[in-house]
Amino acid sequence: MLTLSSPHTHGSNSTSKVMLTVILATLPGLLVTTLLFGYGTFINVLLAVATAMATEALVLKLRQRPLGFFLKDNTAALTGVLLGLALPPLAPWWITVLATSFAIVFAKQLYGGIGNNPFNPAMVGYALVLVSFPLHMTTTWAVPMAVDNSAVPGLLDSVAVIFAGASPDAFSGATPLDAYKHMIDSQTSSEVLKNPIFSGWLNGGWEWVNLAYLAGGLVLLWRKIISWHIPVAMLVGLSLCSLLFGWDEDMYAPLSLQLLSGATMLGAFFIATDPVSAATTPRGKLIYGAGIGILLYVIRAHGAYPDAVAFAVLLMNFAAPFIDAYTQPRTYGHKAARRGLIAKSEK
Amino acid sequence: MATKTLRQISLDGLWFNNPALVQLLGLCPLLAVTGSVVNALGLGLATMLVLVGSNISVSLIRNHVSDAVRLPAFVMIIASFVTVTELVMQAFTYELYEVLGIFIPLIVTNCAILGRADAFACKNPILPSAIDGFMMALGFTLVLIVLGAMREVLGQGVIFSDMQLLFGPQAAGWKVELVKDYPDFLFAILPPGAFVAMGLIIAIKNIIDERLKARAEAQKAPVEAGSKRVRVTGKIT
Repeated sequence: MLTLSSPHTHGSNSTSKVMLTVILATLPGLLVTTLLFGYGTFINVLLAVATAMATEALVLKLRQRPLGFFLKDNTAALTGVLLGLALPPLAPWWITVLATSFAIVFAKQLYGGIGNNPFNPAMVGYALVLVSFPLHMTTTWAVPMAVDNSAVPGLLDSVAVIFAGASPDAFSGATPLDAYKHMIDSQTSSEVLKNPIFSGWLNGGWEWVNLAYLAGGLVLLWRKIISWHIPVAMLVGLSLCSLLFGWDEDMYAPLSLQLLSGATMLGAFFIATDPVSAATTPRGKLIYGAGIGILLYVIRAHGAYPDAVAFAVLLMNFAAPFIDAYTQPRTYGHKAARRGLIAKSEK
Repeated sequence: MATKTLRQISLDGLWFNNPALVQLLGLCPLLAVTGSVVNALGLGLATMLVLVGSNISVSLIRNHVSDAVRLPAFVMIIASFVTVTELVMQAFTYELYEVLGIFIPLIVTNCAILGRADAFACKNPILPSAIDGFMMALGFTLVLIVLGAMREVLGQGVIFSDMQLLFGPQAAGWKVELVKDYPDFLFAILPPGAFVAMGLIIAIKNIIDERLKARAEAQKAPVEAGSKRVRVTGKIT
């Protein structure tokens, strides 16, 4: 018998378990999306996870790293799940495959694999296809049941659109953010909101998806997988900007739409909180989250794209090491915190 | 400076000291205009004309210009050749000149050209300088063409499109459509795609270099004689 000194208890969290919890926490969102928008997102998630695992295995083999050890950590699967959830439900299969393999190969493995990627891999993949295929990425969003019950694609319809290249026109429509952005140029807010895609409680389905992601995010908070700083700072940053600068509903999308449409909640709780590419100090996380919220508002309101979670997150990924360097907390035993470049040069 | 043989000069320019892959010079035009083979070839040929001309001229005046004013003199020479090239392109390939736009006058600022003038041509006689300029430019052009081909295929699913801009009307049919109904992959056409493709080409060159080195060492290694001691731990020595 070995006698070990105390402490005898240890945390039961491993990377693999944490990532699995995050994946499970996305399930409410996936479920609601599938119920309201049809099977497209469900198929995308499966396809993206399969692609992520396959490309991860391929690159690990090329890099001569142990396959089982790294595949079991579930990070590649999580990247696949997030991409599958973020992509338009009716995007053709090759967009999903391209985005996922680029995310794993270029954004993750080429930088050294798990823990070494400066950018969020899922968002790199998303930005790649968003910039490259603007047509396919804007015309393949499904419309929810509340808008047009007959237009929700069944399983076979989804498969036909995604894999066989059938036209998605019968099932697709503009997203609320996109529609609002374009229509508000020539109409008043009350006229725009008469449009069927705003027919539900707020925007006919997207709000339920966002609430489901919010619920999943709260589970992550409760399980202490993520801290409150980044999501709260991001949502507050977005809300403040929207209230201060975008209060005129006849010019900009209202706050309710900003918070409960597009990828806001998915971004706040699942994407911005990526432990590798986000800021890590408590105060740094607040700045990082607020930066994403502000950029999200600015690009949504004034940029060319209707939604901007990917760009906002990637831009703040650039800033994360800088933020961390200047927000180091005081170390116990030291009189003052060592911050910035001075702290680095003293080492 | 030890004089190099013409063979060494050529190999340096084409491979071992390739301006694009090893010196990483002239990246601005390299990344900006390599969206297609014809653009790449046009810029490569223009650069070649300037580089050979400037190398020969610099070599000619190398004993008559003092060190203090050599750089302004070199830049003057290069600028003159760029102007000549620009006028020639305007006369014979006007559409291509329009496509390449600002990147033709910008050849003046291509560090590879001033670099060869200062590092080689001002220290060597005319023939080696001319060969050096030609081979460096050829190496540069080959990289441009590979990059242009990669980006054209990935970006548009075609290759050799618009070759008539450079080779006249009979080249209009050279375009090969590799994939039917290819959705334009804008990433490959935009500058970020050029960076990624360039990185891949450099990586491939490094792999080849490592293989060459390993093979050379394997051939050099002496045949060991005598018995070997076998250790339980560590390697067999």
